[in-house]
Amino acid sequence: MTLKNRMLGSDAILRALEHEGVDVAFGIPGGAILPTYDAIARGTSVRHVLARHEQGAGHMAEGYARASGKVGVAIATSGPGATNLVTAIADAWMDSTPLVCITGQVKSSLIGTDAFQEVDITGITMPIVKHSWLVQDVEELPHVMKAAFHVARTGRQGPVLVDVAKDVQEAEFLFEYPKDVDLPGWKPPTKVHPRQIREAARAIVEAERPIIYAGGGVLNADACAELRQLVDSARLPAVVTLMGKGCLPDSHPLNYGAPGMHGSKYANWALNKADLVIAVGSRFDDRVTGKVSAFAPGAKVIHFDIDAAEVGKIRHAEIPVVGPLKIGLAQLAAEVSAVAADGAPDHGPWLRQLDDWREQFPFRYAKADGVLKPQTAVEALRDAAAALDHDVIWTTGVGQHQMWAMQYMVCDQPRSFITSGGLGTMGYGLPAAIGAKAARPDATVVCIDGDGCFQMTCQELATAALERLPVVAVVLNNGWLGMVRQWQEMFYAERFSQTHLTHAVPDYAQLAEAYGCAGFTVESEDQLEDAIAAAFSAGRTAVVDVRCDPEEKCFPMVPAGAAAVDVIEAPVEGVVA
Amino acid sequence: MSTHTISVRLENKPGALARVSQLFSRRGYNIESLAVGPTEDSDVSRLTLRVDCSEHSLEQIEKQMHKLVNVLRVTELPADEAVERELALVTVSVPPDKRADLVALSQVAGASVADIARDAITFEIVGRPEQLEAFEELVRPYGVRELVRTGRIGLRRPSRNERT
Repeated sequence: MTLKNRMLGSDAILRALEHEGVDVAFGIPGGAILPTYDAIARGTSVRHVLARHEQGAGHMAEGYARASGKVGVAIATSGPGATNLVTAIADAWMDSTPLVCITGQVKSSLIGTDAFQEVDITGITMPIVKHSWLVQDVEELPHVMKAAFHVARTGRQGPVLVDVAKDVQEAEFLFEYPKDVDLPGWKPPTKVHPRQIREAARAIVEAERPIIYAGGGVLNADACAELRQLVDSARLPAVVTLMGKGCLPDSHPLNYGAPGMHGSKYANWALNKADLVIAVGSRFDDRVTGKVSAFAPGAKVIHFDIDAAEVGKIRHAEIPVVGPLKIGLAQLAAEVSAVAADGAPDHGPWLRQLDDWREQFPFRYAKADGVLKPQTAVEALRDAAAALDHDVIWTTGVGQHQMWAMQYMVCDQPRSFITSGGLGTMGYGLPAAIGAKAARPDATVVCIDGDGCFQMTCQELATAALERLPVVAVVLNNGWLGMVRQWQEMFYAERFSQTHLTHAVPDYAQLAEAYGCAGFTVESEDQLEDAIAAAFSAGRTAVVDVRCDPEEKCFPMVPAGAAAVDVIEAPVEGVVA
Repeated sequence: MSTHTISVRLENKPGALARVSQLFSRRGYNIESLAVGPTEDSDVSRLTLRVDCSEHSLEQIEKQMHKLVNVLRVTELPADEAVERELALVTVSVPPDKRADLVALSQVAGASVADIARDAITFEIVGRPEQLEAFEELVRPYGVRELVRTGRIGLRRPSRNERT
């Protein structure tokens, strides 16, 4: 391993990927990255998945990272190849998804001259990466690659970018992969201060109405078992954000589901009435808090995160806890048990209150004869998945369908719900599903999508078909940009401006067939079960076009800027499901 | 809101300064002045930043800067615990008959002559920022033709270095 080998910079990139344990990379070749693709042709153990658009490659790398817990890798050429990656990089930044993006750059001698396909991609991405490198000396390449993976996966995870000049890829040098990184300024916390743990434990034991507010950081930290240990040992109720879904089983009785704009009334009320909010790997996003001054007004806050900058950013934390969640949560669970030994906290009345609210305010929607409701399709998918004897991973786009998936899907496994939370990237679902399938070929991977979202990245059906990464895309086709339509109906006097897409164009089943995939069209509730079963067992990528009610709105809803307790509920009359 | 001086030890790497200034604009913090230059270690630069912000924002700025890979250390320099200096160059219009008066005045104020022409003098003055401001006021009646300030630089007083 430590033997020096004479090789080209392009080969060194692949040897670095191999050293880092990368088994799949996603990308598209082009002029400035040609030498690296030539190195791929010369041989590597890294499987390259050829996408149809660099944004797709980026989301595939994200889906791969989210499903596997490993660093995702995306490769693109300079100029437009690199700018097409920007949306995926921004998405990974907002959701703390570990990503190494490798872009080709024009030759060193041309940098700064506005050469063909030259953009300053390190400059363009500066606000949305943890760090980036422009490599103009081949001798630096091994250290940069080592550092890139280290930075992407340590501390709060996220994207990094390595921009490699074409002549660097072509240069010959003596390659040796470094054992250590040399980053004097990169010192993410590796332990939690015991005093912070003690203070947090005491607050938990003293609280009457505590609530855990768990987010995606728990999944990133691989701390789900430790969270569960805390929940179970101290009998602590929890709400779990969209990004955290799956970090505590949805079917766990102490999991009160998702809070926020389209979360349940009981989860929002739980936070509002709590006297202690224990934020774990969550960041008080505005889609969760609503009006911040009215969020959990009577609560003391413990904020536990790997990123010190999140603590106190939005909401003051009386008890800040900074460090890695996995060891910190285990210590906290042990400390709570120790402190509580001489009189376990009794949250009985509080838990009964939460259960009452849960019973009183379930997610619900009105069924109507002859109208296929999108929620019904999500429930049918949930039931179909429950009947399978293997894992199912769900991905989504962004909008109403995403919120219904959050509300109705039951996810009991970590990393089984993959979605674009922070950036809200329409088109994320299909490529993320393909990436997840590459990471977990044993699982059935299903993208619950909207018709607006699907049309943003549907060319990746070709990738799924030809790379033999079969996924199921279920398009909740209401013929509209549904969430925008909902806002126009509710807040813009029903002026439906530029949101009508139509049910019929394109014909999604025909589109699927054109890409060598199986296509199904569902026009009524009684066709749902068979179409889903056929898609799940198609043995190839399948698209299910579920033509559903264009007027259905997503409830409950906390209007933007309103207090999270002021939930607008579904106006349910008649039949209640 | 109040004005704070932040001292940053930064790896001397391409783009490092851009990353810091980008962070300020991105998060909506206003930089009053920024001075950057080499230190005792050739691999390290030191930035001295003046920002007008709340205590809460200051805490956020420090934490966000700490996350930058090239940033080695971030410290606030409280006014009473730091030595702070700034350099200004001021070109003042002056007719030959008033030249002697102006030069004498400037010497009292701690400035020195850097260049002299038929109808103008360029002064240099190094001092605490308020000294520079006082000098500017002093020569303003003569007509300030051009003025440039470096922005302040600062170091914690060694006698206070135990506290960080």
